[in-house]
Amino acid sequence: MASRRRKPAGKAQISLVVNGEPTEVAFSPHKTLLEVLREDLGLTGTKHGCELGECGTCTVLLDGQPVLSCLALALACDGKRVETVEGMARGAVLHPLQETFADLGAAQCGYCTPGFLLVAKALLEENPSPTRDQIKQALAGNLCRCTGYLKIYEAVELAAARMQGEEAEAKEETLYGRR
Amino acid sequence: MGGAEGGSADRRSGGLVHRSADPANRRTAEPALRVVGTAQRKVDAVAKVTGQTLFADDLFLPRMLYGKLLRSTQPHARILCIDTSKAAALEGVKAIVTGQDLPIPFGILPVSQDEHALCPERVRYIGDPVAAVAAVSEETATQAVELIEVEYEPLTSITSVQQAVATPEPRIHDYGPHGNLHKLINLEFGDVERALAESDYVREDLLFYEGSTHLPMEQHAAVADWSADGKLTLWSATQTPHYVHRALTKVLELPASRIRVIACPNGGGFGGKSDVFNHEIAVAKLAMETGRPVKITLTRDEVFYCHRGRHPTLMWVRTGVTKDGAIKGMHFRSLLDGGGYGSYGVASAYYTGALQTVTYNVERYKFQGARVFTNKAPCGPKRGHGTPQPRYALEIHLDKIAEDLGKDPAELRLKHLVSPDSITANYLRVGSVGLETCIRKVTEGAGWKEKYGKLPYGRGVGLACSSYISGAGLPIYWNAMPQSGVQLKLDRGGGVTVFCGSTEIGQGSDSILAYIVSEVLGVGVEDVHVVTGDTHLTPVDLGSYSSRVTLMTGNAALQAAERAREILARNVAAKLEVPMARLAFADGRVFDTEGPHNGMSFAAAVQLSEAAEGTVGTVGSYTPPDSPGRYRGAGVGPSPAYSYTAAIAEVAVDAASGIVVVPKIWIAHDVGQCINPVAVMGQVEGSVYMGLGEALMEEMAYRPNRNVIQKMPSMLEYKSPTTLEMCDVVTYLIEDPDPNGPFGAKEVGQGPLLPVAPAIANAVYDAVGVRIDEVPITPEKVLKALKKKEKGEEPRYGPHSFPEIPWPEPIRVPPPWEGGDGRAVPAGGAAGGEGGAETGHPAISPAPTAPSVPSPSSPERQH
Repeated sequence: MASRRRKPAGKAQISLVVNGEPTEVAFSPHKTLLEVLREDLGLTGTKHGCELGECGTCTVLLDGQPVLSCLALALACDGKRVETVEGMARGAVLHPLQETFADLGAAQCGYCTPGFLLVAKALLEENPSPTRDQIKQALAGNLCRCTGYLKIYEAVELAAARMQGEEAEAKEETLYGRR
Repeated sequence: MGGAEGGSADRRSGGLVHRSADPANRRTAEPALRVVGTAQRKVDAVAKVTGQTLFADDLFLPRMLYGKLLRSTQPHARILCIDTSKAAALEGVKAIVTGQDLPIPFGILPVSQDEHALCPERVRYIGDPVAAVAAVSEETATQAVELIEVEYEPLTSITSVQQAVATPEPRIHDYGPHGNLHKLINLEFGDVERALAESDYVREDLLFYEGSTHLPMEQHAAVADWSADGKLTLWSATQTPHYVHRALTKVLELPASRIRVIACPNGGGFGGKSDVFNHEIAVAKLAMETGRPVKITLTRDEVFYCHRGRHPTLMWVRTGVTKDGAIKGMHFRSLLDGGGYGSYGVASAYYTGALQTVTYNVERYKFQGARVFTNKAPCGPKRGHGTPQPRYALEIHLDKIAEDLGKDPAELRLKHLVSPDSITANYLRVGSVGLETCIRKVTEGAGWKEKYGKLPYGRGVGLACSSYISGAGLPIYWNAMPQSGVQLKLDRGGGVTVFCGSTEIGQGSDSILAYIVSEVLGVGVEDVHVVTGDTHLTPVDLGSYSSRVTLMTGNAALQAAERAREILARNVAAKLEVPMARLAFADGRVFDTEGPHNGMSFAAAVQLSEAAEGTVGTVGSYTPPDSPGRYRGAGVGPSPAYSYTAAIAEVAVDAASGIVVVPKIWIAHDVGQCINPVAVMGQVEGSVYMGLGEALMEEMAYRPNRNVIQKMPSMLEYKSPTTLEMCDVVTYLIEDPDPNGPFGAKEVGQGPLLPVAPAIANAVYDAVGVRIDEVPITPEKVLKALKKKEKGEEPRYGPHSFPEIPWPEPIRVPPPWEGGDGRAVPAGGAAGGEGGAETGHPAISPAPTAPSVPSPSSPERQH
């Protein structure tokens, strides 16, 4: 049987600003942004849930806007700013959304969490005091199978309040339920 | 270091600190508790919100290869030939294995060793793996798999339970009672026919619960590494590393001592990662063949093919009640579509009949269950494992009975609850029962009295209740060892490391260990380090299934921590010259309660003990109590403790479109004692979410032409609730501590799912007067039922027949109040011989006139 050879594809190279750092990366040109982030840049915080654009898990911010990195061809991202979950904290100081997601149990298994955090961050940058309905609308493209979304809404609302300078705390009922 | 300030809980940043440190915010029944019962950040929360948690697919090892499985395109076929030559010739392909390389079968249950890592001669569902490739890249592996040529000889496909029952040949498997029946169960606790005959009212119903899948956000992934000294390491997204360890040992014929299985944090489990999976074995074999690490990550459609989800279950139930609604006798039948393999199916089948008696008193009970094989993706355990289906059936059935009797459904339920500290008709020992409080809370909260039967057309409320196990009483393979083990290592610096085989699937099992150790030893939660799910490092815990983890690992951790406390107390007491009993462990110190200044830091106490006695470490373990049931089949259902739940759903039904919207659900769950209330809340809300999905939209459906090809193996087509469908939830946490739980804790991960779907179905009836006796409650079904109502036909959508099943002779076990001792009477029904027969065979003894509530004085009912 004749040996089949895979055509050696030349590598593509692009420049990105990843979490604030200018980055050059070379990769096989068919790769998605998701694959380049995870496999070539070692940023495994960005997860994949379907690789078909159905679940929102792979969401990153591209020039500040949420995009599904599984559907974005990395080649098309040349020159853009990419923000992943790894870039949310400032040094060892968590972003307010990360604080509230941690405290309210908005992250259970944590697999969908990076996508939710980034969509929520983009939402709050555009609309610092969203209503519950606006939060639901913004997060409607992200699936979470653990939380039932409720703790995620509350975490976004609490972070929003704190980012507005309020001394907000989680509600008793959020943490303890009703008795 | 030393002094009073060492290692207390209040050093943590974040919004919860002050809550947990402030006694005013403590919401526990036990005022002495400092950590248990307070809202805490989970120990892995920061890693999860920063993307640092490493899931199995996040592992990249040097020289790692990528593996892919070739899956069957046939639902049922003989494999005539597999030609791998073209794939082998592809550059970059490093190894190809087929069924011939892995001939030893495996299966999660000892009675169902019916799977092969790669099918050697027959495929049994579309998606059954037949070959595996390792290559230098995922693309190459995918390409190689497509070059493998398989010649199949198609066999007749069995595509429905009706066909499986009626078609003995070809057999999908060559075991089981006969034909394509995998398991038949027939258990009778008292003379049910007689009880029905003596009842004031008897009702019969047929219901169907469609299958659904777990849909974890993380696709299964596994990485294997084989070292030249003959040692295998497998990292995997598994809920059950111990069982994977055993299966690898069997199939690969390696000593267990040279296999290390590490359970990575699971990106969602819900039961979907509790089987041993083909790819876990195949990837290990590929690593052994190539001498290089290999990773296999399933694609999303492969996750759908693996399935192991909720069994589609047809149910028939007949219940006799008094005028008051007391259940005199219940006869329940279930028929489960098992798909192509055994999986946990025997247990699943038993579970469809095991817990009927735990929620309400059932004086006499008969259960007939059947599981059949079909050529579809194998079913297995999904959240609630075999119990959401009968709960759906019974709660709707009971709602109908209440209506027939002219009773309020809530009042009817309240009158016939199982008593605490009792034994059920089928010999399950029930401890604490918080259901009455649960029902009262949700009915008050939802305004039940003002709403039920009184809302305008199109709006309605429905109630349902449930109970669930806090861990299976028996392990899945027989052994006399503990179900959970913990080791503690105490560090000179004051840190404590907990080693436990439990598996973090997002439910917070790692955190539970830290909280409990922190509580007992008086150190901060952040001073406790947790190492879990690693067969080399951690003592066995059977895994994250059956809602067993908090109760079992919690008790093991509690024992280990108390033993450590004892060692420290002994040495500190000697040093301080005070009695051990006077010492307290709190705020990172060990001190005299009668003179708190007289003490030392926890670290100093460890150092003192280490100097006196050597390295300080302890172990703890947990074995569930024996169950009183002694009959064949008594192994499924017993649990150290049972949780209870009540839920009320409010719905809006659009009669024009049939669309059902659920704006709000009130749910009360008796968790015994919250270890971390915010984590408990998360489990309740998540259960409501998943129950809502199953009630309204989720279905594992097959294309209608041949009923073997999955209709929707993608997340877009498989409908699950988004933020736009999720309802508001009002959660009541009820704490009725159970003596068997650590600090009284019972389960919460699964039970709250159970009442959601039937509460919604009952609410739909309240809203528009039609019964949807089948999930999911789709607009199409609602419209069909409404049409029937218009035409004056039975206003119902649901199944109409239950196939004839060749049930075996029943195993007859007289209930405790009929003199039974948990044993079956000898077959044939003759009195005499061992066990229960001497105390009265139900068929020949007079019918009891005894009260339906078991007498607390019976010796069987005492702990």
